[in-house]
Amino acid sequence: MRHIVPAETSDDEGEGLLVRRIKNGTVIDHIDGGEALNVIKILGIVGATPEALSIATNVPSKNMGKKDIVKISNRELSKEEVDRIALISPRATINIIRNFKVCEKQGVEIPTLIVGSVRCPNPGCITRTNEPIKSRFEVLPEGKGLRCLYCDSVITKDLTSYII
Amino acid sequence: MSFESAMARLGGSSISVSSVEACSIAKGETLADTIRVVSGYADAIVIRHPKEGAARLAAEFAKVPVINAGDGAGQHPSQTLLDLYTIRQSMPIDRIDVALIGDLRYGRTAHSLASALSLYGVRLHTISPPGLELPPTLAAGLAEKGMEIIMHTDIDEVINDVDVLYVTRIQRERFPDSTSYFNVASSYRITPELLTGAKKHLIVLHPLPRVDEIDPRLDASPHARYFEQSKNGVPVRMAMLLDVMG
Repeated sequence: MRHIVPAETSDDEGEGLLVRRIKNGTVIDHIDGGEALNVIKILGIVGATPEALSIATNVPSKNMGKKDIVKISNRELSKEEVDRIALISPRATINIIRNFKVCEKQGVEIPTLIVGSVRCPNPGCITRTNEPIKSRFEVLPEGKGLRCLYCDSVITKDLTSYII
Repeated sequence: MSFESAMARLGGSSISVSSVEACSIAKGETLADTIRVVSGYADAIVIRHPKEGAARLAAEFAKVPVINAGDGAGQHPSQTLLDLYTIRQSMPIDRIDVALIGDLRYGRTAHSLASALSLYGVRLHTISPPGLELPPTLAAGLAEKGMEIIMHTDIDEVINDVDVLYVTRIQRERFPDSTSYFNVASSYRITPELLTGAKKHLIVLHPLPRVDEIDPRLDASPHARYFEQSKNGVPVRMAMLLDVMG
């Protein structure tokens, strides 16, 4: 089941719940406005999915102006997944929900190393072959992008298109 | 061939695999497995491979030292060491003006040399056909290290001001047709006439093989050092092999 909800109301604004609460799962809040669909892509949710998924885009937010929210039932995000989200939405917060209660709440941290989740843009890179290795990218400081630790190629924009 | 020569002069021997057909890669074996196997046959591995990053992969899987002898359009560090040695034979490297000319986008020798020269306060001049300029990320990285990089469209703009002219091959396959290639290649050809007003101590280097980039008439000029440079590959590679195995 999927809900894609227009940005008419916001729980930040106290005008009522945007989508219904989930019993168990993960709520990703404070996603940069418009990035929710890329977050979904990062999480590998494409095509048919068994999870109940709710997406709210461009919701008015006091602190952010506009934000997106994603709620996924019956799935708790791993650290690796959280790190991936940080690359495109560094202000996102992750809430793990169990029996309708927030059991864990954490901000995302931009990792220093990304292993296995980004494809090198260089078609001549050894990681683009059938070798038994995972791609490895160093996260460059000051948002300068990601550098492949095999061929030194740098991804500076459109990161989501390289996420595996 | 120069690594083989270096190994022989050190009194050792080498096992060369010069083509994919000659090894298990032709049967579908991964490079990782090949490296694991060869690690058991040799005391060091020297690898030249068409994919960028292949040497780094090899270093992960090898149990013996690995030397990168060129990885695709990536790096060629052993060439750079002999390039630096050849320059140093003629002049101190610090704060000189070096011009790189040719295919700077795919030319791995140019990439490695530019990176090394950034350690010496060298001012770098680049001259390349449109589309074959130094990769922007590499150029940005060098600039961050404080290297001054000046891009030129014509070698005449800079030839009289540089101390080292490093010429690289422009590969025919980078152009849509032979006419385009010959038009570009002829405009990047180094001739004795071009060097008429050059500094007396200018040296011309080339990693070889050359095709049309350097007029053979230049070979007799005191500026021409590319065969000396090539010869330097042997002692420099002997030193590298000794360093990793000695």
